[in-house]
Amino acid sequence: MHSTTSEPVPESVGLPQTAAHALKIAVVGGFGVGKTTLVRSVSEIRPLNTEETMTRAGGGVDDLSGVEDKHSTTVAFDFGRITLDPTSVLYLFGAPGQKRFWFLWDRLFSGALGAVVLVDTRRIEDSWYAIDRLEQQGTPFIVAHNDFGGEAYSLEDLREALDLDPAVPLVRCDARERASAKQVLIALAEHVRSLAASRTPAQESAT
Amino acid sequence: MTRSHRDESPDRLHVITGGRSSGADGALDAVTLVVAESAPAPGMQSEHAAILRLCRSPTAVVEVAAHLGLPVTVVRILLTDLIDTGQVTARHPVSAPSRTHPFASPDVLEKVLVALHNL
Repeated sequence: MHSTTSEPVPESVGLPQTAAHALKIAVVGGFGVGKTTLVRSVSEIRPLNTEETMTRAGGGVDDLSGVEDKHSTTVAFDFGRITLDPTSVLYLFGAPGQKRFWFLWDRLFSGALGAVVLVDTRRIEDSWYAIDRLEQQGTPFIVAHNDFGGEAYSLEDLREALDLDPAVPLVRCDARERASAKQVLIALAEHVRSLAASRTPAQESAT
Repeated sequence: MTRSHRDESPDRLHVITGGRSSGADGALDAVTLVVAESAPAPGMQSEHAAILRLCRSPTAVVEVAAHLGLPVTVVRILLTDLIDTGQVTARHPVSAPSRTHPFASPDVLEKVLVALHNL
């Protein structure tokens, strides 16, 4: 009954029985920017791929009856995971950041610890919408430039091109390198921690 | 690369879910961990049996979807069936950030940072 592929069977990398808390981080960006590569670099499992499908008219209700008559949207996404300790596990989602997919991500990523917007300087415009949307949602995020070794772009130039809030960290990475991908996630977690520490209850109620 | 329902007809998904919508699935987050509480029984719908085998150890909803090659939406419906009959239990994320409290708790963040540094 097991899959006939040569990949490891899922049971061999199951979570500990004590696992109870799952967290998530979203990695968003345009096609080919290296989202899956980054996830693969730090994931303890080979990244898995699945799909979310939803009818636009449903407003969160996915009515599959008569699906052929409706405009349903299907989008594929990759994810990996890192077991943090015997009770907690972190899931990393790689997802295309284009405008037409966000109504799916709103649900899939609700409750995310934070997000990484992965930027390719050859297609900066792919990141604009994702950044706008995350700002609107109030989801903490950082921006990571996946350096393909193309033309040299200073981080200052890039920040300007992205019109990025000075408070949002901008880092450079090589998504293929585990150490580099790990630093991106650490930068995000530290950013969220400093945001949480700086936000007093009074400010919280004012927003 | 992976199995996909993309080429399957909506009819098959309709059969798997018994034609139901998933309006009541709001409680199952993409990363809710689900655990089987019983073994597959003879005569059980094959997708239900596959879930019970897969979830002998805690497994996130998205992982179930990936391993079954079905959309997350469909898997939520199947899992809801099994939860309703007590064959699966769900471990919901407890301290997930929300609009009113957008940041994870300091304890959780510390745990994440320690684990990431140790990667």
